[in-house]
Amino acid sequence: MVEFLEFTLSGLAAGMVYAAIALALVLIWRGTRVLNYSQGAMAMLTSYIALTVINETGSYWLGFAVALAAGLILGAVVERTVIRPVTGKPPLNAVIVSIGLLILLEGLAGVLYGSNNRSFPFAYSVNGLSIGSVALGITRNDLFTAVAVLGAAGLLAAAFRYTSAGLRLRATAFNAGVARLLGVRVGRMLTLGWALAGLIGALAGMLVTPPLLNPNSMDAIFVLGFTAAVIGGLESPVGAVAGGLLLGVVLNYASGYLGSESVNLFGLAALLLVLMFRPTGLFSAAPARRV
Amino acid sequence: MARSPDPRPAGRLGGLAAPTLVRHLGAAVLAGVVLLIGSNTIGDYRDYQLANVAVYVVAVAGLTLLIGLSGQISIGNGAFMAVGGYLAALLLADLKWPLIAILLAATAGAAVVGAIFGVAAARLRGPYLAGATLMLAVALPSVATRFQSVLGGDQGLGFFIGVPGFLGPNVSPYRWLAWVTCGAALVTMVLLANLIRSRTGRSWRAVRDDEIAAALAGLNVARLQILAFVVSAACAGLGGTLLAMWNQSVSPGLFSLTLSIQLLTAAVLGGLGSLTGAVLGSAIVVLPYTYLQNQAISLGMTTATGSNVPILAYGAVLIVVMLAFPAGIQGLLAWMVRASRVRQAVRWLTGPLARRASPGPSVHSAASGHPDQRSAPAAEPQEKGTT
Repeated sequence: MVEFLEFTLSGLAAGMVYAAIALALVLIWRGTRVLNYSQGAMAMLTSYIALTVINETGSYWLGFAVALAAGLILGAVVERTVIRPVTGKPPLNAVIVSIGLLILLEGLAGVLYGSNNRSFPFAYSVNGLSIGSVALGITRNDLFTAVAVLGAAGLLAAAFRYTSAGLRLRATAFNAGVARLLGVRVGRMLTLGWALAGLIGALAGMLVTPPLLNPNSMDAIFVLGFTAAVIGGLESPVGAVAGGLLLGVVLNYASGYLGSESVNLFGLAALLLVLMFRPTGLFSAAPARRV
Repeated sequence: MARSPDPRPAGRLGGLAAPTLVRHLGAAVLAGVVLLIGSNTIGDYRDYQLANVAVYVVAVAGLTLLIGLSGQISIGNGAFMAVGGYLAALLLADLKWPLIAILLAATAGAAVVGAIFGVAAARLRGPYLAGATLMLAVALPSVATRFQSVLGGDQGLGFFIGVPGFLGPNVSPYRWLAWVTCGAALVTMVLLANLIRSRTGRSWRAVRDDEIAAALAGLNVARLQILAFVVSAACAGLGGTLLAMWNQSVSPGLFSLTLSIQLLTAAVLGGLGSLTGAVLGSAIVVLPYTYLQNQAISLGMTTATGSNVPILAYGAVLIVVMLAFPAGIQGLLAWMVRASRVRQAVRWLTGPLARRASPGPSVHSAASGHPDQRSAPAAEPQEKGTT
């Protein structure tokens, strides 16, 4: 029972990161109908930038802030330069461009920083927390991860709900054509959506990268975050968070009870199981197929 | 629409069907002779590279058919290559089957896995299908780590097939490797070229362009989509076996996500839906890799850093090609040929080659009216503009 609690809590902690990646993917998908395969690579690059700043200045939190800012800028730049030309084209074009970006960014990081592992600092201590003699299976750093992701998701939700820019973003995602007729600068909103997604991705990168950073270190996390977004249904931010937490817990049970090499197989099984019964994810509305 | 018997008289049908097959076989035999002569003159290293390209051609041809013709995306065809490769390694180690039987059995095994996955995939669309295939590519190789005693874990299994005795000592292992891989690639190309020009191929294009219209016209959309997955997985399985032979072993690292992405890169760079494009794309993905790496190292980079230069270059090329020529290199060549003044002459010279390339989902590919396409106008829609 104690073991079960331990696995559940550490699963939720891992799921927070998948939720953050999934949230970034959903933000972009709702706005531009593009799946950003380079989300993980963008987060990897911003983590490298953060590491450079941390090593230069010795301040973790300055690096953290720089990473978030870099994510914001990188998201906007990517949207403006390579994604804008393929929006409205067949969906495959955007898929290929973002996969190209994934390869490009990983190659770039490899050329700039080398392929070797670099040690990356944690924000907080990674000693296991316990209540009395009962180990909880989570650390102070895990708590920070949960607070950061839930806080970011909450801020985002509030911004979407209560600010004018949030309303325009929602209008663009709902119907870009009508939003444009009503005076929304749709192009700017799309850029803003990508920038916010870049920021959330950079946050996820800072949280999940420690202890080691290399050009491919976000690949596995990205695939699981993608899976979480698909499980949740790509339309729903709530679904993204729920999908991330669900996946985190399921995978942690699989690795805890059956061994860590089963993790990806159980990820595939969970994904296929959900998609067999809900081909467009758990939290999506009934799909309307365009004729 | 009731399936009436084919209205075309038997003689005419035979008269049309035969040239297609004959043309494809003729081109294949010609290519085979060129490859045979070439492989004997270019030396061991080039033979080794040629074999590498041929391995990719087999797998990429299946993928380009899946994406370009049936309109389903797969980011995970490396997983089917893993199925073929591991099956082949097990058959060789435990049962000592001859090479040809291993190739066929591994192809069939991957096709079965493709059918199972295809049933699931036929329910999924767009990003959900992409997500499922991506996870497949990541998860399936970890089966080898899970069942370490049988599949060898991270170390993998050996797969070594020497030059058969009757060829004598003059044939180097690399030349033998090039013969086997190129032979398999040619057989695959002929079979796929005929499939693309068949009723099934036309039905795939109809499903790709408008699923609902295709269903209304009486096509079984789900079955066609599953069939496309089976064909693509079979090609991947054969490619995986050949890759195992090329690499002399199978391991989870050989069938990484990078392999799946390279297949996709090759298919896109060549031009989706085009077999000629599959050859061009495979050559582009395989051949300059070592060259770029060596150039980077000669410019003063360390080996570890230099190995990232080709990756950087492929990413940039992929983006530029997609933004500038969405129909890939094959589409670009076709456009240049059509735009040029020597078009007639070139068409006369390369007629069989150009016709072998099927119209992919691109504005550049030629929708030339072959007589035998006219009988099924509903299943051969006009090419939609993508640019």
